[in-house]
Amino acid sequence: MNLRRDVFQAIADPTRRAILLLVASQAMTAGAIASNFGTARPTVSKHLQILTECDLLAQEPNGREILYRLNPGKLKELADFIEPFRKLWDERFNTLETIMKNYKARE
Amino acid sequence: MTLKTKIIAEDGKQDLLITREFDLPLDLLFRAYVEPDLVAQWMGTNVLKLDNRNHGSWQFETTDAQGNVVFRANGVIHEFVPNRKITRTFEIETTSFPVQLEFLEFESLSDHTSKLTMQIVFKSVAHRDQMLQLPFAQGLNMAHNRLQNLVSPLN
Repeated sequence: MNLRRDVFQAIADPTRRAILLLVASQAMTAGAIASNFGTARPTVSKHLQILTECDLLAQEPNGREILYRLNPGKLKELADFIEPFRKLWDERFNTLETIMKNYKARE
Repeated sequence: MTLKTKIIAEDGKQDLLITREFDLPLDLLFRAYVEPDLVAQWMGTNVLKLDNRNHGSWQFETTDAQGNVVFRANGVIHEFVPNRKITRTFEIETTSFPVQLEFLEFESLSDHTSKLTMQIVFKSVAHRDQMLQLPFAQGLNMAHNRLQNLVSPLN
C-alpha cells in the first residue's frame, strides 16, 4: 500500500492539486506550468517529479520538449478508493429509507 | 445524477463527514435511530441495549448462523436531543480499533424530506484512513477470493 499512500500525499499539496487541474485540459511543458505559479521554477519541478513518480502525470515527448499530461486512469483509481466506503453507507441508508417507508405505510 | 450519500474526507484530517438526504420526514428518520427493532432491521444487527438519553448507552451484537458473535460494538450517548442530534461514542469490541466520536445531526428539508449529517472523529489521521480503506481492502479480498474460487478447480 506504499505507492497508494504516496498518491494521497501527492494530492495533499494544494500546488500539486492546482497543477493537476491545469494540465487536465491540455498537456503542458514544465515552463508553461511554472509560469502559472508564483513559486520558483525548481519548486514546480519538484512537484512535477512527485506527480510523475506516482503516475498522476505522464510525460509525453513533443519534439525537443517534454509535455506533462494528466493520467486519468490513476485519478479514477483514487476516486474509486473511497467509493466502496461510500457505497457501504449508501446501501445502509437505502435500507433505512425502505424500512421507514414501509413503517409509515403500516401506521 | 447527484449522489444521495456523500463522504467528505479532507487530507490530513482525523475526521470525516457523511451526509445523506432522505426521502423521509424528519421524525421518521429520527425514529429509525431510536427504536431498537428499527435499528436492528436497517443496521442488520441485534440491539442488546439502546438507552437514548443524555448519559445513556448502547450495545449492538451480530451473530452468525451458528450463534457465534462476529461483531459487537458499544458506546455511550453523550447528548440526545429528539429530532435534532445524537452525540455518541462508537467502539467495536471485537477489534482493537480505537473508539470513535460521532456527531449526528438531523434536519428537516421539507415535509417529506430530511437530512442526516454525521461527523466521525477518529483517534488519529492514520486511523481514519484505515477505516476508509477497510471496505476497499475487503472488496479486494473478496475479488481475490472469487478469483481463487475460479482458479482452484483448475489446480
